Amino acid sequence: MEHLLALFVRAVFVENMALAFFLGMCTFIAISKKVETAIGLGIAVMLVQTITVPVNNLIYTHVLREGALAWAGLPESDLAFLGLLTYIGVIAALVQILEMLLDRHVPALYNALGVFLPLITVNCAILGGTLFMVERDYDFAESAVYGLASGFSWALAIALLAGIREKLKYSDPPAGLAGLGITFITIGLMSLGFMSFAGIKL
Amino acid sequence: MNASTSAKPRALAVLFAPVFDNNPIALQILGICSALAVTANLKTALVMSVALTLVTAFSNLFISLLRRQIPGSIRMIVQVVIIASLVIVVDQVLRAVAFELAKQLSVFVGLIITNCIVMGRAEAFAMQNPPWQSFLDGIGNGLGYSALLVALGITRELFGSGTLIGFRVLPTVADGGWYLPNGLLLLPPSAFFLIGLFIWALRSWKPEQVESPAFRMAPQVREQEP
Repeated sequence: MEHLLALFVRAVFVENMALAFFLGMCTFIAISKKVETAIGLGIAVMLVQTITVPVNNLIYTHVLREGALAWAGLPESDLAFLGLLTYIGVIAALVQILEMLLDRHVPALYNALGVFLPLITVNCAILGGTLFMVERDYDFAESAVYGLASGFSWALAIALLAGIREKLKYSDPPAGLAGLGITFITIGLMSLGFMSFAGIKL
Repeated sequence: MNASTSAKPRALAVLFAPVFDNNPIALQILGICSALAVTANLKTALVMSVALTLVTAFSNLFISLLRRQIPGSIRMIVQVVIIASLVIVVDQVLRAVAFELAKQLSVFVGLIITNCIVMGRAEAFAMQNPPWQSFLDGIGNGLGYSALLVALGITRELFGSGTLIGFRVLPTVADGGWYLPNGLLLLPPSAFFLIGLFIWALRSWKPEQVESPAFRMAPQVREQEP
């Protein structure tokens, strides 16, 4: 239990998806002009991440991994090379299902998320979470915690950036730096701030 | 001007416009995702650039060849499958040829699938244009991405650890030389600062890329002295 908690804290603060691994940067910069939409998108990413990482973990351990198909009488199979194709397929399918379910049962949330939901398929943070899970060999419980934590870390980062950018638009930077340039430097400073968590021993 | 004489300049324009005039990272805000984490040294940056350029070029080519057959409603899935297959090829080749390097790049080769440049160019260019031009567009955008990645890789490795592709260029103090490495450049935040500065430089050179501010500052008003 304790090591799951440590995993959560480390994934949120020390290994922040957006600020330490640069994942999901395109949407991170494009959709962070308003706090409200940023939080909506953050919640959507968290939701998808919490579902996809454990699901991909099950698929990896029971189908793709070397010798995983022993239960089907194929002990020598190694389908790990199909991993990338499978994970992105699972992510696309899950996002589609989630979209339909939300549309049918929670229309308020569906309308709030709007176009961001389908865009999540191509958010690097989602695929990145799954690939990190595979690379670090998490078991099912760990991957569930990691999915939630990495999604939350991304949501936290985009909400913080949106808060800063809402104020930043009243500032007066040099012409060449306006817009994108100053945003990058802001993210750099935030990333520097988050690095101070790296000293935490868990 | 007839078609045959305009075809060549157009191909050239398609190839080189993305490098400076319409840079995928500095202007289109595409493909920043997986790029920055691999620029702490030049070697990984180079490998990543080559991998991405090849994937973008060939995915553009294949999608453009299939563009009349792909139904509009499922085109995203088709594009993703084509891109993912190409990335698997690149990933397997890297693992076979340069295993150490593949390990250093860790998940970032796989993340080319969701790199917005590949998807974005497939959607924006390859779906409307003939194969050859799409192929050139893919290479051009790959080059634009590579230019920025290599520039970052050189800056970060040279000033962060005093080496280039592992060869010592600036003798560091630890080895009895004179150069004191700037450790910040090896850390993630420096990539953001460098890109911000790079965008600033590019936009000072080409002022038409400057974004108009959302709010214009009112001129400073001072009380008139009586």
